[in-house]
Parts: sequence; structure tokens; C-alpha cells
Amino acid sequence: MTTNQTHTIAPVLPVPATAARLTALVGALATLGSTFLAWTWTAEFPGDLTVTGYPGGLQVLTLTGALLTALFALAGHGVRGLGWLVPGGKNSPVRLLALGTFTTTWYAVLAITVELGGLVNLEPGGWIAAVASLVTLVGALGLPADVPAENPGPASGWQRFTHAFKAPAPGKAAPLPSWAEILIIAAAFGIGLFIFTYGIDTEYAELFIGFLLLIGFGAPAVARAGLNRRLGALTATHKNVTVTAAFVAAFAFPFTQSNDAYATIGANILIFATVALGLNVVVGLAGLLDLGYVAFLGVGAYTAALFSGSPSSTIGIQLPFWAAVLAGAAASLIFGVVIGAPTLRLHGDYLAIVTLGFGEIFRIAMQNMDGASGPDITNGPNGIPNIPDLELFGFNFGEPHNVLGVELGRFSNYYLLMLFFTIIVVTVFRRSDQSRIGRAWVAIREDETAARAMGINAFRLKLLAFALGATLAGMAGTVQAHVTFTVTPAQYKFVEAVPPNSAFLLAAVILGGMGTVSGPLIGAALLYLIPAKLQFMSDYQLLLFGIALILLMRFRPEGLIADRRKQLEFHETGQLDAPKGDIGLSKAGV
Amino acid sequence: MTTDTVTPAGTGTPVLHASGVTMRFGGLTAVRNVELTVNSGEIVGLIGPNGAGKTTFFNCLTGLYIPTEGTVSYKGKVLPHRSHLVTQAGIARTFQNIRLFANMTVLENVLVGRHTRTKEGLWSALLRGPGFKKAERESEARAMELLEFTGLAAKRDHLARNLPYGEQRKLEIARALASEPGLLLLDEPTAGMNPQETRATEELVFAIRDQGIAVLVIEHDMRFIFNLCDRVACLVQGEKLVEGTAEVVQGDERVVAAYLGTPFEDAPGAEEVAEVEAAEAHATDRAPGPDSTTGATGTTSTTGPEGDPK
Repeated sequence: MTTNQTHTIAPVLPVPATAARLTALVGALATLGSTFLAWTWTAEFPGDLTVTGYPGGLQVLTLTGALLTALFALAGHGVRGLGWLVPGGKNSPVRLLALGTFTTTWYAVLAITVELGGLVNLEPGGWIAAVASLVTLVGALGLPADVPAENPGPASGWQRFTHAFKAPAPGKAAPLPSWAEILIIAAAFGIGLFIFTYGIDTEYAELFIGFLLLIGFGAPAVARAGLNRRLGALTATHKNVTVTAAFVAAFAFPFTQSNDAYATIGANILIFATVALGLNVVVGLAGLLDLGYVAFLGVGAYTAALFSGSPSSTIGIQLPFWAAVLAGAAASLIFGVVIGAPTLRLHGDYLAIVTLGFGEIFRIAMQNMDGASGPDITNGPNGIPNIPDLELFGFNFGEPHNVLGVELGRFSNYYLLMLFFTIIVVTVFRRSDQSRIGRAWVAIREDETAARAMGINAFRLKLLAFALGATLAGMAGTVQAHVTFTVTPAQYKFVEAVPPNSAFLLAAVILGGMGTVSGPLIGAALLYLIPAKLQFMSDYQLLLFGIALILLMRFRPEGLIADRRKQLEFHETGQLDAPKGDIGLSKAGV
Repeated sequence: MTTDTVTPAGTGTPVLHASGVTMRFGGLTAVRNVELTVNSGEIVGLIGPNGAGKTTFFNCLTGLYIPTEGTVSYKGKVLPHRSHLVTQAGIARTFQNIRLFANMTVLENVLVGRHTRTKEGLWSALLRGPGFKKAERESEARAMELLEFTGLAAKRDHLARNLPYGEQRKLEIARALASEPGLLLLDEPTAGMNPQETRATEELVFAIRDQGIAVLVIEHDMRFIFNLCDRVACLVQGEKLVEGTAEVVQGDERVVAAYLGTPFEDAPGAEEVAEVEAAEAHATDRAPGPDSTTGATGTTSTTGPEGDPK
């Protein structure tokens, strides 16, 4: 990579840098101004884009994008007081934000045109927005590249385009007083919560798509600017503060919700995310590919349902909730050991197929225990309905409660209960990861033969990972049974449109980043939120899901959040000079 | 039959004793009736042409393979055929092709080596009591000592995959030492090293021996072996041909024959030799004949598999 002389690479559009920056800035400000105009004449398009002087719906997104573009353009120019925004790349964030604003705006304009039937429905404001965002993009593409070219010689248009989005890593940050660092972490989580809540609260699909587009470009822009690295360095020094901030933000979520319908999404995301994190112990740490993991959730849910006092339960015993949780976790644990003991002697693909089979066996067995094909335990396909709401310490989870002046509905209550279990699972994951046991799991994942030669009883530790994962899922299942009122076999398929199911759980882990805590949480949130918000696309959902996975594996195989160990490859301790890619370590032979 | 067993120098007590170890893969006998003793404080070398069964023999010793016949005992106790139990008993090894945990840091690699010498289970990890913290601290201190010993302390937070080749070899040795072995098995520790690195490895092996750890080493570098080892055993086509001091082995004409390819009388697999010669004759039609150092391997090329158990 290091050549004797650095080669500059021409920007995508051959414009002088100053002119380009000016164009981008003017374009961004014009775009910003256009959001205060009416884009269309009728309120038929959702979000009411007809009001002059008050941006609404998709206009707010364009406004945000344009504002950020202008800010980063100024910061990249070296305006005093904004330097902290761009410790890494100076121009690539502007380009990405301009692109994000452009796609969001043009999506809005096109959506108006298509939905209302023709360009005639666009008011001048809409035209201005479209043209101004295009001008911004042209200006941004004319800005010089942030990093010198890797190879000398002329570059093709596509090479120049992809190169334009590369950015250098930020240098070391100037030390701040620790209260300021903690404040920054808190602010970052506050912003994160705000963005997440905004996404959940989007009321119509157009707004959500616009939101996804802006986030899709905005997040990499922030990363190119080097802010992610800076924040990462801060969170690494204040681990406990970070964890606390994360849970405070998560705890605050139901208090931001006026509508219990959106709290439902929150509660379901949390169940899904918790189970995904449990799966991450099995897949991410121990490297065991489990395609039937949802069965453990099912075992926990069925156990809780049977002991819940539901009138349809075939067991007439009602256990208190804590006992039901323990029973569900214990049942899952036993199920995990029973399945794991024979199957964990297999490796890789064979293990995946066998676990897939066991997952389906669980579902079909539940379906057949209806008194006709088998013993009458689970009511067959009808499942166990009418699971009563929980009541803990006089707090009924089914009724709305007024806490701190905010009305918390049923799902908000369950969200908070589930959050408690999420904290347990996160703690279990972190603590087991950073211990002798966690190291042994990772060693087995890396090279089982070498791990055994180091004295690790591979079978026993794999069984431990499998059983621990099962227990965590079973625990989550006991809450899920109460949230969903009904437990049926159809909830625990290998794959279907609604998460959680085995395929989506695995996808959440891989999409988010294997072996990390935040990865599966983010992955699960995305995988739940997108189908829930874009219900008009439900027919194509699995197709889109497949395409998204293929794209992700092509462009970011380590997942959205890279593992600590993978991050180390680019760590500041002078490892940048290490050769890229898999070097030296041969996989073959003993 | 052709084995000359030299009585081991009677200084130390036997650490490792392999008796009658035979390993067959189907109809192929990779290791045949090998006896080997390693005494405490000794460095023993194991040489032999490629495919002679050295690594297979190593795998039998460490429980990766279950020998078809024969037993291996460590300090008088017969070893079980389970890799992790062998390590627990006190035999650690390195691999011919480096097998580090590539995506773990240098320190973590060594900490994994400590696995058998620590007891903290899952509950201890979850509850994080004082015992857990103490054990972690001690493990880390011991691991750092070993990294100092092998000269890798400065790179503790690097990923194993990013180390240069020579340091990966050293790390593998440090990781093996972390299990506090009484016997260290090194499988071609200097393969691919330059002369300086080889000398450094030599010093390292001596230093390990001085800590009271017996060493059994497979190597092709004859200068390395004869400098280092108190005794050398030569394995050819799965059988121990000769064992003794460096001079004895160097002077043994059968060893020379095995390496240099002169067919010898009573050779096991004489017809193979004929076959190989026919093949070589065929090959010389196209290429110049094999030179004196590599040609020898031809005579044993059809012997047992070396290496990959999977």
C-alpha cells in the first residue's frame, strides 16, 4: 500500500474543489429551504406535504439530511468549531449525506408522482427540492477524494466513484475530562434512542422507507467521518457507563410511546433480540451452527403456558411466574442436553442439518400431542390460548398503569419485564465470553483439534454452550407466552414471514455481527421492524430478505457490528502494517 | 527386526514410554511396533524421511489417533486415548502446520493453553466471585511470563494471525508451555525458518529443557537436531531404524541409505522401491534425474500418510 509517492485520484466530476464545495453548500441550503414549501397540493399523500412554512413527514427527513450535509460540508472546509465532526474523512461523509438526501428527496417526489398519478401533482416546492438535492449531489461528487489512490495511472469512472467513498481512520482524540466523555456517551445513546423511536413511530410505509434510506446513507457517513471510532474509543474506556447508558435508553423507550401499538413492536423486538443473543452464545462464541434454535423458545413458552393457569392448559397447576420461568428454563436445558448430547459429535453442515431436523421434530410433536395422534398435552394445532396476564407484586401487566405521568399500556409493561430478562442474557453473554469458558468456546470455533490438544474437552464445552443457549431461549419463551396470549406450534417454524423463527434468529446474529452483544440486538431490531413497517410488501418479504442477506455477505461479511477481535485487525497498536487477508495460518494438516 | 535399541542414558527417570505402538490405516501400516523412551531432562530427536510416520507417531502419543496396538505411558501411567486428557496429564505439543487460534489475541492464545490448569467453570464466570478474579489474574500473570520467555510480550494484544511466521511458531510453543507440561512435543519447530531464527529456536528449546521439561522433537534440519538432541531416533517407513547419540545415528549407513536412497538389503517394501525406480526412470525421460538430497524421498513416498487426521 505504501508507495514512494502518493497518487491523487480525480474526483468523480471534474470540478474545481472550491466550486464543488460551494455548489454542495448552496444546494444543501436550497434543499433545506425547499422543505418549508409545499411539495404537493393535496393532503391525500400521507404526511401532509401541502403546508408552506412547516415541514412535515418526508420533508423532515430531507431537512435533516440537508442540514447534516451543509454541516459536514462546512466542517470539511475547516470552519472553526466544527472540526470535531470530521476527525476522519472530510469529503466522503458529505458525499454520502448528499447521496442520502438525494435518494430520500427523490423517493418522496417519485412517490408523490406515482401515488397521486402524474407529475402534475408536484407543487413548485417539490421541483425545487428535487433539483436542489441533485445540485448538492453534483457538488459533493466534485469534491476531492479523501485518500490517495492505491494504484498509479488513470482510473475508470466506477473506480473513481467507489474510491470517493473511502476515508482515512481518525487519529488519536485529544483527551477530554471524563465527565465530558460520559456526557458524550449519554448524548450518543440519547440520539440513538431518538432515531430508534422515530423509526418505530413512523406512521406510514413511505415515511419508513425514507427513514431507512436516510439512515442507510447517514450511518456510513458518520462512520466515514470517524465519529464511530471516536465513540468506540470512549465506550471502551467507560464500559460500565456505556452499559448503563444503553439500559437507561432502553428503559426510557416505553415512556416515549403514546401509542401501545408501537410498544408492541418494542416488546416483540426485545423478545426476538434476547433470543438472538442467546443463539449468539451457540453460533457466535462456540461456532455451532444451530438451525433449530426456535424450538428452545417454544419449550420455554409451552412450559410457561402449561403452568400459567390458562383454562385450556392440560395441566391444572398454576405456578407463580418465577417458578414458571425456572421451569421453562429447566425444561429447555433438559431438551438442549438431550438434543445436544447425540448431535454435537457432528460438525459444521451435518450439525446444522440435524439441528434443523430436531427443530421441526419439536414443532410437529407439539402439533401431534392433541389426544388423537398422541397424548393430550398441547391441544395440537390449536395450541394453548387464553394465557392470563401476569401479576407480580400486585402489579397487573395486562392493565395500563400511570407511571411518572406517562400511561404505560400492556405491552409497555411486558417490554419492561422483557428488558429485565434481556439484561440477564446480556450479562450472561458478556461474563461467559470474558472467561476461561468463553475463551475455550472461541478456541473450539477457531480450531477444534488444536483446542483439544490444549486440554479442552471440546464435547463437554460444546454441550455447555448448547445447554446455556437453550436455557436462555427457554427463559425468554416464558415471557413470550404471556405477551402473545397464545402458544401454538405454528409460531416455531424454521422459516416464515414473522420473526422470531430459526432462520431469522440466525440471520439476526449474522447480520448484526457474530460474537458481539450489540450486533444481534441491532440485527433483530432491523429484521423485526422492516417487515412490521412494510406490510404491503409481505408477499415479497422472504425474497427481499434473501437479497438483503446476499448483499450483506458480499459487502460486509463480518456483520453490521464487527467483533472485538475483528476490530483488532485495524487497531491503533500499529497493526495496520500487517498484511491483509488470511495469511500464513494453514488450515490443513496436524 | 532392524531396530537397534540403545539403552537410554540412565540419567533421568522415564517421562514418556511408548511400547509397541502400531498404527494401521486399513491395510497400510503407518507406524509399526515403535518403542521410544524419553527421560526427564532429555531432548530427544525423531528424524526420518517424509512419510516415515513421525507425525502419525506424534498423533498416537497425544491421543489424536488411537494406536491400533501398543501403549503410551507418561511417568508410569498409561495414557488414555483422549487428546485433552493427555494434555491434562502433562504432554503438550505443537503442530507441523501452525495451528494457532488465528482470530484470538496473542495473550488469549496462551490463556487457552492454561485451560487444564485452571478450574473456574461457568458459574464462577457468571458470578464473578473473588476466586474467579484471582484465578484470572494468576493465569494472566503466568501467560505474560511465558510471553516474556518467548519474547512476545510486546505483542500481547495483536491477533495471532497478524504475527510473522517465526513468532507464530514461538507463540505455539508458549501456548503449549502454558499447560505446564512435563514433556513437550515439537513437530518441525524450525520448518520455514532462516538460520538465525533456527538458532534462536535452538536456544529456546535448551531454555525449556533447563526448566525441567523433557522435549521430543521432529525435525528435518539435521544440524539443528544433532546440535540439540541427547538422543536421536530414526524412523523409516513406520519402523524405528536406529536410536542413539548423534554420532551413532549419523554414522549408521542405513540412515544414510534411507535419506540418500540406496536400496538396502532386507528393505521393507523392496517392491515399492522397484516401482518407484520404474517411475523415476519414466520421469527422467522428461526431466533430469533427481539430485542426491531429494531423490531419497522417492523410496519412501508410498509409505504412510503424514499429517492430516481429518
